Amino acid sequence: MGVGKVAFVNGLRCRECGRAYPAEALHVCEYCFGPLEVSYDYEAIAAATTRESIAAGPPSIWRYATLLPAQSDGAVDLGAGFTPLVRADRLAAELGLGELWLKNDTVNPTGSFKDRVVAVALARARELGFKVAACASTGNLANSVAAHAARAGMRHVVFVPADLEAGKIIMTSVYGPHLVAVEGSYDDVNRLCAELTSEQPTWAFVNVNVRTYYAEGSKTLAFETAEQLGWRAPDHVVVPVGSGSQLTKIAKGFRELWQVGLLDEEPHVRISGAQAAGCSPIATAFTEGHDYVRPVKPATIAKSIAIGNPADGWYALDEVRTSGGALAAVTDEELADAMVLLARTEGIFAETAAGVTIATLAKLAAAGVVRRDERVVAYVTGHGLKTIEAVASRAQPHATIAPTLDAFNEALGAELGETG
Amino acid sequence: MSTTVRIPTQLRSLSAGASEVEVEGDDVGAALKALDAKHPGFAGRLFDDDGNLRRFVNVFVADEDVRFLQGLATPLTAGQVVSIIPAVAGG
Repeated sequence: MGVGKVAFVNGLRCRECGRAYPAEALHVCEYCFGPLEVSYDYEAIAAATTRESIAAGPPSIWRYATLLPAQSDGAVDLGAGFTPLVRADRLAAELGLGELWLKNDTVNPTGSFKDRVVAVALARARELGFKVAACASTGNLANSVAAHAARAGMRHVVFVPADLEAGKIIMTSVYGPHLVAVEGSYDDVNRLCAELTSEQPTWAFVNVNVRTYYAEGSKTLAFETAEQLGWRAPDHVVVPVGSGSQLTKIAKGFRELWQVGLLDEEPHVRISGAQAAGCSPIATAFTEGHDYVRPVKPATIAKSIAIGNPADGWYALDEVRTSGGALAAVTDEELADAMVLLARTEGIFAETAAGVTIATLAKLAAAGVVRRDERVVAYVTGHGLKTIEAVASRAQPHATIAPTLDAFNEALGAELGETG
Repeated sequence: MSTTVRIPTQLRSLSAGASEVEVEGDDVGAALKALDAKHPGFAGRLFDDDGNLRRFVNVFVADEDVRFLQGLATPLTAGQVVSIIPAVAGG
C-alpha cells in the first residue's frame, strides 16, 4: 500500500517502547506488541491553527483537520461531527447536579459517534490506497463503516456478533451485501478479524490495521466540547467505556488543545468511565485497585460496549486514575431506566450505552464523585432507535381507546383534564 | 505431541515468513518455548522479564483465550491450534 503524506504527521510511535514506524497501515509494535500512536509536529500545528481558522472550517470533524491524521476526503464524508452540546438543566435537577451538558452524538449521519472515527479511518485508508473497508463491530461501527464505504464506492466486509439487535443488523446490511454474522461474542469477532488482517493485507480493517488513525477521530469529541463551551475545558466528563479507546482519546483531545495553544487555561478534566455490570472489566479493576484488566465474558443488553477483553483497558484505567475520576458499573435495569429518564427530561432518545452513561452519572453524583460545583459533560454516543428492544417494555401506549370523546375521558380524563 | 502455532504478521520476520509453525509441547508454555528454540527471538517478543505473557500479547487455544483457561499451563491435546494475536484491536 502506498503512503500519502499528511501535513502534520511525523510518523507512528509505539506507546510502550517508543520505537518509530512510518505512517502506514500498522497498529502494533513488532517488538513489544504495544499499540502504535500517531506522532504529530505540534509546533507546526500550533502555528497553523487558531480559533478563527477552526471557526472558518466546515461544521464537521474536519474543522480540526490539522489535529487529525488524514486529509478531509469529500468522497467518503457524510458530515460526521460538530454535534450539539446541550445544557441539561432538567436532568441535572433530577440528579442533584449543577451545570450539566450533554454531547448529543445521536445526530451523527448513522446515529453514533462511530462516524467520527470511521470518517478518519477511511480517509486515511484511501490515502494509503486501500479499496476494501472492513471492521469487527458491536453494531454502531458496522453501521458507520457500511454507510461510509457505500458513499465512497468502496467494497466492504463487516463482521458482527450474530445476536445483535435487529436494528443494527438491518442498518448495516442495507448499505451492502457483505455483512457477516459471527456465532460468538464481540471478542470472538475481534479475534477472528485480528487473524484475518494477517491474511487479507489489502483490506483496511478500520479498528485493526488502520486503528491507529481510526482512534484519533474520537479526539474531536473533546475538541468540539471545548469549542462549544467557549474554548474552555469542562471540569468533569463521563464517557461510556467498551474498549476504552474513546475515553482515552477524549482525554488526549483536551491535552492537545492546550498543547497547541487553543485554551487560555490548562485543562484539568476529571475523566470518569461508565460500564455495564454485565461487562465491566475496567470498572472492576478500578474498584478493586488492580493495575491489570482481567477479561470477562460479556452478559449485558448494552451490546455496543460489551467488550470483555478491552484493547485500551489499561490506558483508560490510567487516564481515569491520574485525572481523579472514577469508573462505575450499572445493571441492565438501571441503564434501561436511565434511557427513559434521559428521553423524558431532555428529549434525547439514546441507545443502551447512553443509558449506561446516564445511570453511571447518577450513581457517581449520588456518591459525591461528580459534584454539583463542577461543569460536567456526559457523552451520549448513539441513537435510541438502534436498541428499541431495551425499553420496549417501558414505553408502551398509555391507553388504547375507541375513537370517541367518552372513551378518551374514561381512559385519561381524570389525568389530563376532561374535554367537552 | 505436535501442535500448530499460528504466527501474526508482526512476528513473521522471525519465522522466515511462515504463518504457521509446527512445534512439540504438552502445554502452551512448552509449545511457545519450542517455538523460540526453532525460531530464536520469539520468547523476547512474547514474554516479559518475569516470564509472563506481555500485556499486549493474546494467546488462544482452540479459539479460547488462555487467560480463561490455565494460562501458560493450559494443556494441549493433539491437533489443537495455538494462535498468537496482538491485543490491540477492536472498539
